[in-house]
Amino acid sequence: MIWNEKIECATRGEMRLLQGERLRETVQRIYHNVPSYRKKMQAVGLTPADILSVDDLAKLPFTTKIDLRDNYPFGLFTVPMSEIVRLHASSGTTGKPTVVGYTRKDIQMWAEVVTRSLCMAGVHRNDVVQIAYGYGLFTGGLGLHYGTENLGASVIPISGGNTSKQIQLMEDFGSSVICCTPSYALNIAEVLKEMKVDPATLKLRVGIFGAEPWSEAMRKEIEAKLQIKAIDIYGLSEIVGPGVSCECEHQCGMHINEDHFLPEIIDPETLQPVAPGELGELVFTTITKEGIPLIRYRTRDLTRLIYDKCECGRTLVRMQKCKGRSDDMLIIRGVNVFPSQIETVLLQMSEVEPHYLMIVEREGTLDTLTLMVEVQEQFFSDEVRKLQELRMKITRSIESILGISVNVKLVEPKTIERTAGKAQRVIDKRRL
Amino acid sequence: MLIKQLSVFLENKSGRLNEVSNILGQAGINMSAFTVADTSEFGILRLLVADHEKAYKVLRENFFSVSLTDVVCLNCPNEPGALGKALQILSDNEVAIEYLYAYSVGESANVVIKPDNIGKCIKVLQEHQLELVKASDLYKI
Repeated sequence: MIWNEKIECATRGEMRLLQGERLRETVQRIYHNVPSYRKKMQAVGLTPADILSVDDLAKLPFTTKIDLRDNYPFGLFTVPMSEIVRLHASSGTTGKPTVVGYTRKDIQMWAEVVTRSLCMAGVHRNDVVQIAYGYGLFTGGLGLHYGTENLGASVIPISGGNTSKQIQLMEDFGSSVICCTPSYALNIAEVLKEMKVDPATLKLRVGIFGAEPWSEAMRKEIEAKLQIKAIDIYGLSEIVGPGVSCECEHQCGMHINEDHFLPEIIDPETLQPVAPGELGELVFTTITKEGIPLIRYRTRDLTRLIYDKCECGRTLVRMQKCKGRSDDMLIIRGVNVFPSQIETVLLQMSEVEPHYLMIVEREGTLDTLTLMVEVQEQFFSDEVRKLQELRMKITRSIESILGISVNVKLVEPKTIERTAGKAQRVIDKRRL
Repeated sequence: MLIKQLSVFLENKSGRLNEVSNILGQAGINMSAFTVADTSEFGILRLLVADHEKAYKVLRENFFSVSLTDVVCLNCPNEPGALGKALQILSDNEVAIEYLYAYSVGESANVVIKPDNIGKCIKVLQEHQLELVKASDLYKI
């Protein structure tokens, strides 16, 4: 079923017209309500009158995570706090999180795009949808929740973790749809096996997986082990959360809800738009959001856009599975991790620049993070107890900032290889 | 009465102790006492050497994390109950011991102590007429 056929199957001309109109409105609003946007536009000699259609998009300055940090927490909001009904947050590049605010209309729009996504995945109102994304500041849980309710399907708001309970409810409540990170799906498959539950006895039919990168090989593995169709959903909290785009049952790229999120692909070096179909960095302009509209927001995700009509009948532009990042962000168990966050923690414990290396591995189905920290003179104590305390302190600080567990290993000075250029801070051994 | 002990951070991997002793050997530095505190993750090598400043320098040049720690060395008879007597005195006077290691040579034994309060430790032991080894004597062993 196509939830909003008028939009999802619009002609390119109709879509461009709608996008142009919404872009004009958005630019008016941000120019008049957000000083930092106005300053940036004035700096390049732009007024709202210069933006007439989507063809003028490339004239506008970019927005990055740094802008969000500089305006922390609410500086980029275009409405007073009395209009904001919800706040979510994700990792920033340093200690401060990235905060987004939603008006009531934003929440409705978000529910709409998630409902469309669920329909793309083949979910209908008779389904029982088990939402095993985390509920909370993370957008995964509540995003899927509102979309599922909007569709009229039954929600099991179980949140993440407690895998044996997840399986018990799958059996008892007859869940037909599971929403979680792809790595957690594999974890569920493993526990099913341990509990000797045959997936064929479950009603599970569809899985909607996102919040971390995963490969086609992983898709095949999940589909075989859980005996379901595995659908890729994409989103980032800055833009709205899950539902920015989603695959349809043909699994040939994620349809972008482009009547709300206007996509572009740029060369991350030159910042110029690439030729259609070329690989580059995905940039979004939100054209209906009220709380925190973002103009040409650099997602740092590398992908390409496909404008061909899809077999499902939708004309919404598709984006390929992301091919990587144009920055050093890692996604570990669905959590965004920046090496700079680790550095901030270590710097708080010593005045001297720390030498560290993050190693990400996949043990079984779950990702693990090991942090090697060189014990320089400033860290070194003659007492075992103090070194163990130091290790615990680093562990706890990082866990509280990142929200994921970390194995801290103290190593001798000069253990971590020095390269002439930029220090290598990350070794990602996962084969995604 | 203060003795400078060298402490070296070591990862738990084979060959590291060997490397430290080779470096010191090549620099012509003799070790008179030596102990390793180990955990599952790492170890701390503690040693007494004749020329601690030189040892500190050469180990740092070889990228080891090194520190100098003040310890006390008690000389007591190599006979049953002798150590107990000294420890009882420290305990009675509320001097806590962070760690300790000992070695005996013939008639007497040397006990290296890292107390929480080194000044008080020395005072208490001296008040009880216990013999403390002077740095200059220790290195002759």
